[in-house]
Amino acid sequence: MARFSSLRDAVAEHIHDGDTVALEGFTHLIPFAAGQEIIRQQRKDLTLVRMTPDIIYDQLIGMGCARKLIFSWAGNPGAGSLHRFRDAVEHCVPHVLEIEEHSHAGMATRYQAGASGLPFGMLRGYAGTDLATITPTIRWVTCPFTGENLAAVPALRPDVGVICAQQADRDGNVMMWGITGVQKEAVLASQRSIVLVEEIVDEFSAHTNGVVLPSWVIDDVCVVPSGSYPSYAQDYSQRAGAFYAQWESISKDRGRFLTWMDEHVLATSDHDAFLASLDPALLKDIDG
Amino acid sequence: MAKTSLTRGAHEWTNDEMMTVAAARELTNGTVCFVGIGLPSTAANLARSSHAPDVVLIYESGCIGAKPDRLPPSIGDGILSRTADAVISVPEIFAYWLQAGRIDVGFLGAAQVDRFGNINTTVVGEYASPQVRLPGAGGAPEIATSCSRVIITLRHNARSMVKKLDFITSVGHGDGGDFRARLGLPGSGPQAIITDLGILRWEPGNGEFVLCNVHPGVEISDVRAATGWDLRVVDDVTVTAPPTDEELSALRSFVGA
Repeated sequence: MARFSSLRDAVAEHIHDGDTVALEGFTHLIPFAAGQEIIRQQRKDLTLVRMTPDIIYDQLIGMGCARKLIFSWAGNPGAGSLHRFRDAVEHCVPHVLEIEEHSHAGMATRYQAGASGLPFGMLRGYAGTDLATITPTIRWVTCPFTGENLAAVPALRPDVGVICAQQADRDGNVMMWGITGVQKEAVLASQRSIVLVEEIVDEFSAHTNGVVLPSWVIDDVCVVPSGSYPSYAQDYSQRAGAFYAQWESISKDRGRFLTWMDEHVLATSDHDAFLASLDPALLKDIDG
Repeated sequence: MAKTSLTRGAHEWTNDEMMTVAAARELTNGTVCFVGIGLPSTAANLARSSHAPDVVLIYESGCIGAKPDRLPPSIGDGILSRTADAVISVPEIFAYWLQAGRIDVGFLGAAQVDRFGNINTTVVGEYASPQVRLPGAGGAPEIATSCSRVIITLRHNARSMVKKLDFITSVGHGDGGDFRARLGLPGSGPQAIITDLGILRWEPGNGEFVLCNVHPGVEISDVRAATGWDLRVVDDVTVTAPPTDEELSALRSFVGA
């Protein structure tokens, strides 16, 4: 059974230096609050996993929390580059960042294999690409029935999977809807899991395309309203486009980035305090 | 070429608008299209709001049959999930829908393309010490593998249309010839490259892209100068029909939305 805990306690208990951590969310329900709590607790040497590393991974990398990144698309969607990620890859700032890159289909297959308890997954992909040359975790298998040559990728088994969902019930079951990405697979593939929710409800109502994860596959459920800010939680908050747009200039200059992180993350005690520290104009989409 | 807009009769348009309109025209009504964000998404939505109302737009975030009335800033935008016929998981979209061969057209953007329609979205420079680290593969490698055909759209210049890619992220026609057949790639690969200067189409045989259209006001020499390889040109190059009032107003209505 999941326990209800504060995000601070959940991160302190489950995420340790050197862990492999997947904070998933496919441009929706991104666990920003958890990433910033990891930064507050100054975790080091993490192997970060994410199909679409975005601003929160830029922050983790820029603050020196990551040793390695396993990913398939790294950008600030619709707004620009991840300059802290680029600085790490292009100039080893703040230190060397090892990267292991796949395609989305490859990463999804790896999560599925992890969730399924299989050693590897396979897909029809990568043939003829340079990804197959530079990524050692892309190999080949021959179908024993047809002889077809297929790509093989090893299971992802993070130490910790962190996702956001919209709701938990009082037993700690969680429900998410809208774009749910690989969130279910990320929880089921991980050894430990933390789920941030917008609120606790007495009973789930039916949602088109809703996904429920039972309490007993989750370690900690944390109630963090707007925990996915500046991304969005469908039916709770809109994406804060202005935040994504301003990140381009904050992230571009390392000095400005560090000042921003000091003021808004390190100097704030939790996600509520983080939100309170922001220019109100950046919050206006939150209830939109 | 420093031209940014052209005047033709009553209306004017930009090179980017011409590119988007030309790309949209490639989609026929009812086509099932896997859409990348950016230029492809703009073109696919223009097609849906003009000549191809029943085109099925599929986004890699798991949105099938999305019908946005404004341009989504990202593939995860709520406008896609709220208007979709079905929203499914990311593993499912790639396995059951793309890999299984249910998609007619893959619509891709690129940082660099070569004469065989191979795509780079990974690095400029050496992989181990890149001059510019680009976002990476995303869904493109398997879109390029498994869609029945692929359309590429990008802005045309000597840095984007290159002789040799710094990195092959997604395969077009490899090094030409029967490359795709030899690798057992199920789709037919890129068939058209739509740029802000013209339209290149794939020529079976040696498997390279040749210039078939120039957009109004563009000279063949402009296109050649903006291409990093010795671009071949068909004998009967056509001038692309300019955007119609209907196309322009449809495009502007949701780009400005």
